[in-house]
Amino acid sequence: MINTNDILETINMIQNENFDVRTITMGISLLDCIDDNIDKACTKIYDKICRYAGDLVKTGEDISVDYGIPIIHKRISVTPIAMVASACQAQKTVKFAKALDRAAKEVGVNFIGGYTALCHKGFSAGDYALIESIPEALATTERVCSSVNIGSTKAGINMDAVAKMGRTILETAKLTADRDCIGAAKLVVFCNAPEDNPFMAGAFHGTGEPDCVINVGVSGPGVVRAALAKAPDCDITEVANIVKKTAFKITRVGQLVAQEASKRLCVPFGIVDLSLAPTPAIGDSVARILEEMGLETCGAHGTTACLALLNDAVKKGGVMASSHVGGLSGAFIPVTEDEGMISAAEKGCLTLTKLEAMTAVCSVGLDMINIPGDTTAEIISGIIADEAAIGMVNSKTTAVRLIPAIGKKAGEYLNFGGLLGGGPVMEVNTSSPAKFINRGGRIPAPIQSLKN
Amino acid sequence: MKAVITVIGKDTVGILAGVAGECAKHSANVIEVTQSVMNDMFAMIMMVDITNCTVPFKNLAESLKEIGKEYGVMVHVTHEELFNTMYRV
Repeated sequence: MINTNDILETINMIQNENFDVRTITMGISLLDCIDDNIDKACTKIYDKICRYAGDLVKTGEDISVDYGIPIIHKRISVTPIAMVASACQAQKTVKFAKALDRAAKEVGVNFIGGYTALCHKGFSAGDYALIESIPEALATTERVCSSVNIGSTKAGINMDAVAKMGRTILETAKLTADRDCIGAAKLVVFCNAPEDNPFMAGAFHGTGEPDCVINVGVSGPGVVRAALAKAPDCDITEVANIVKKTAFKITRVGQLVAQEASKRLCVPFGIVDLSLAPTPAIGDSVARILEEMGLETCGAHGTTACLALLNDAVKKGGVMASSHVGGLSGAFIPVTEDEGMISAAEKGCLTLTKLEAMTAVCSVGLDMINIPGDTTAEIISGIIADEAAIGMVNSKTTAVRLIPAIGKKAGEYLNFGGLLGGGPVMEVNTSSPAKFINRGGRIPAPIQSLKN
Repeated sequence: MKAVITVIGKDTVGILAGVAGECAKHSANVIEVTQSVMNDMFAMIMMVDITNCTVPFKNLAESLKEIGKEYGVMVHVTHEELFNTMYRV
């Protein structure tokens, strides 16, 4: 028989430590929906999503019952809409967002990702039209998530896109100012965006992917923290070991769920994304793991080192547990979605500059950070450029998801509710990078040898 | 196909009989039972064969959880595969 302690440990993880599978995300290619008539294209998109993902939510719920593991989200990612939109020039691109939103509601998923443009080297007509339509698209839809890739290690950074995204983020926040600027919480700017990420808001279905695929994102910060709490005095080598072992177990469940979902939906299994994704719930925080390692408050000196260890150990533990690992895979540090980060930001211990340093070693980037509403578009672009530079030079994914709190100043609050959480508006360095941003052009791709 | 039923809660008379009775009602064959009582807390793990179970897994799990509520204990039902996956390489 299976070891009694193992069974009780698992039950405890689920009941008390917020263990769950965060998302089953179905990736759907829309390349065969391209049409030069936008209304026809939208109909094809709606029909294809409903046809492919009709059983997604029910299957996720069934698997959740069978294995006794909560599966929090069932979601969809699609081909970057900018590619589909390229065929429909001078037509209202926002129609695509509305078609996606309708399809998401019809099949019952809470988010659909892929209102996306990949313009790390330059804009196509579709990219440009899509970015222009993002503020309206996110203000008039509920479930659509948008992302724009503005840089990569091989292409460098498209500074025209960086400048444009600064303005777009600000405009998106303004259009949803009556709803705590929530539009900006559904918009991510990437460098080195992965094509198989199942997590929102940055999920899209890359062009190298099959027609349809199942990707699964695991979670479990609470489980990792609880495991570390049982060994309060061990040295750091042992801390890394504990994280690895826990990540292995978490990922095995993700792999099981992914294989089962793939089998039941008759869709190929893509990847498991081994991420520690926090929620605003008490005990489901990445910041609290770092504090369990021995920091008084997340953001203290030593935070970057602890996060580097955590991020690496999660990958090492998870890689062996899954046949295919992909997506973002690592520790997320979204401020408003993490109870410990919110608390550290409220105390003033966790600042934007510290977060930027942390993003050099975490799995994504500056995520879910509220900034003052009077921050200029150029400053937002400056933040994006810095973050993209970290990703470009270090050959990793970095991202920026900032929420300009329109009409609010540092210290005031934004509340989005649900898993997006809420938190204080953080201070931003107000010295202007406007001349740099307005130069435009491209930062050349970095050299990949002579590394020092 | 086997399922693992975990019952945790305050010890009261008839928990084992209640859970086992519900399994029998749906032709789920109890293969093995481990239980311990520590400081009035009752922990039981039951392995059942659900190959010939007369109701879908979902219904079995729900009816067992209802039994748990009657006795004021927490019942968790899951496929054996979950534990095999997590703890065996």
